[in-house]
Amino acid sequence: MGRITLSKVTKRFGDVEVIPPLDLEINEGEFVVFVGPSGCGKSTLLRLIAGLEDVSGGVISIDGQDATATPPAKRGLAMVFQSYALYPHMSVRKNIAFPLRMAGIDKAEQDRRIDNAAKVLNLTDYIDRRPGQLSGGQRQRVAIGRAIVREPAAFLFDEPLSNLDAALRVGMRLEISELHKRLATTMVYVTHDQVEAMTMADKIVVLRAGYIEQVGSPLELYRKPKNLFVAGFIGSPKMNLISGPEAAKHNATTIGIRPEHISVSATEGMWKGRVGVSEHLGSDTFFYVHDTGLGTEMTVRLSGEVEMKSGDTVYFTPDADKIHRFDDKGLRLE
Amino acid sequence: MATKASRSAARVMMAPAVILLLGWMLVPLTLTLFFSFKKYLPLRGDKWQNGLEWVGFENYSRFLSSSSFWPAVTTTLIIVLGVLIITVCLGVLLALLLDQPMWGQGVVRILVIAPFFVMPTVSALVWKNMFMDPTNGLFAHLWRFFGAEPVAWLSEASLPSIVIIVSWQWLPFATLILLTAIQSLDSEQLEAAEMDGAPALKRFAYIILPHLGRAITIVILIQTIFLLSIFAEIFVTTGGAFGSRTLTYLIFQRVLESQNIGLGSAGGVYAIILANIVAIFLMRIVGKNLDT
Repeated sequence: MGRITLSKVTKRFGDVEVIPPLDLEINEGEFVVFVGPSGCGKSTLLRLIAGLEDVSGGVISIDGQDATATPPAKRGLAMVFQSYALYPHMSVRKNIAFPLRMAGIDKAEQDRRIDNAAKVLNLTDYIDRRPGQLSGGQRQRVAIGRAIVREPAAFLFDEPLSNLDAALRVGMRLEISELHKRLATTMVYVTHDQVEAMTMADKIVVLRAGYIEQVGSPLELYRKPKNLFVAGFIGSPKMNLISGPEAAKHNATTIGIRPEHISVSATEGMWKGRVGVSEHLGSDTFFYVHDTGLGTEMTVRLSGEVEMKSGDTVYFTPDADKIHRFDDKGLRLE
Repeated sequence: MATKASRSAARVMMAPAVILLLGWMLVPLTLTLFFSFKKYLPLRGDKWQNGLEWVGFENYSRFLSSSSFWPAVTTTLIIVLGVLIITVCLGVLLALLLDQPMWGQGVVRILVIAPFFVMPTVSALVWKNMFMDPTNGLFAHLWRFFGAEPVAWLSEASLPSIVIIVSWQWLPFATLILLTAIQSLDSEQLEAAEMDGAPALKRFAYIILPHLGRAITIVILIQTIFLLSIFAEIFVTTGGAFGSRTLTYLIFQRVLESQNIGLGSAGGVYAIILANIVAIFLMRIVGKNLDT
């Protein structure tokens, strides 16, 4: 249960092709994250899978059956929306019961499933409140509860954490990951936040303007980005990209070095620069180094607390085996 | 409005408006109360200057014991209820239709609102002469086209006719308020309901209708206030005949046709009481909707 296959799926709004023909395989039980900058078509893709938008071409099949023309309710998928989309005039219990009522499931079974979901999601204490009386995180859990009780073939999440504050987001991220471990149901998750993608996904799909730039596990994407876009998008802080004579030394048009793969010394090193802003996070310290002579400023990440003043001169050296090389089309060179 | 100075300044600046509105309301109210306890028949030589005879509650008991009082109250309530039911039901349907994306949306919406801008007298005359006239009206032609005997609308079915006319006038108002309410519904809620397996009719019943609750309450409250006092529509169509005499119209007849200002004033006081009873009921029944 829960294998979704997209083949040659296309979406056009009028003359604008939002999603050019696209192939994707989502395996059973997988946590797949669609990630990309805003406007890349990731939400549209999710809505196509959900059936809320009609495809302009191609075939969507769920568990081997063609579902392209199946109405959303019959696809066996449950969706959690960005705005939670709870029904404001119903209590939490009635909200969660709604899909079961619509499916005509008998009362005893309804109650069993609702109580189960409420226990799993810690909703028991406010099961009789209205959504308006709940905090953001609680509403989020109700929305997930409403999805769980349907026992769907797959869950679809449309940027579910973007309305929560930073601390709550980390907590909910963990809860959703744990839920996935426990239910072992396919989950498709859309986000623009690469941290969410890296932390939760079994498989990340990086999208740009409707095109799939790369599909892979988080570490695959981190270690071997296929092109400059993925290299710049995955990883925080962003990878340093250097082009020009320095790149030519490595037989590439552009080379990329992640900030964490640079070592720093006060006396000697491959490159020399002047420290600009430094950000002290406690566990890490980020430096922005100017006047490097490389045609770009560099970000350097050192672990731990490092004392260094703005204006100091530093020498820094990249790890030779962690340099990513890209050709003139922006594609990775092995 | 945070400091003491700004609060007292606000009071001073609001005072003229408050005094004007209070005077506007209190002077006619006091005069009505005053006349209702007096015998005041101008055609019989009663004059303000000569002083008016104090008759106590005689006007009140005469108005109440008149054979036309209770029928007038019933007529008023039938018209108000009929118009409310028609405008709310059709208003919801029209609002749903107008919310659909379509070609020429702006023009259609303006056209739908248009009847509201027509004066009650004018629209009632148009309905009376163009549609409901038993010999030349469009309805008469329609009936004859199908071989039926034309209906003399305003004499044979005077109450339904007036309800239709007034509903036509107030439908745009209901539609407009309900349309804006429908537009404020989060589309993700409808999509969630669709994913949850609710077909269109159930989405309407479980999501759209509860969302409209508050707007419907407002439509009912505002319309009731205005519908209790409709006058022009009756004046130009039936003139209060054929059982279409409302309380407002009865008062008008007492004051202007019978030239009995005291009796009319007593009727006015009853109308105030009736309006307040209806208002309290409405607040009780539908006012709860406004809390949540």
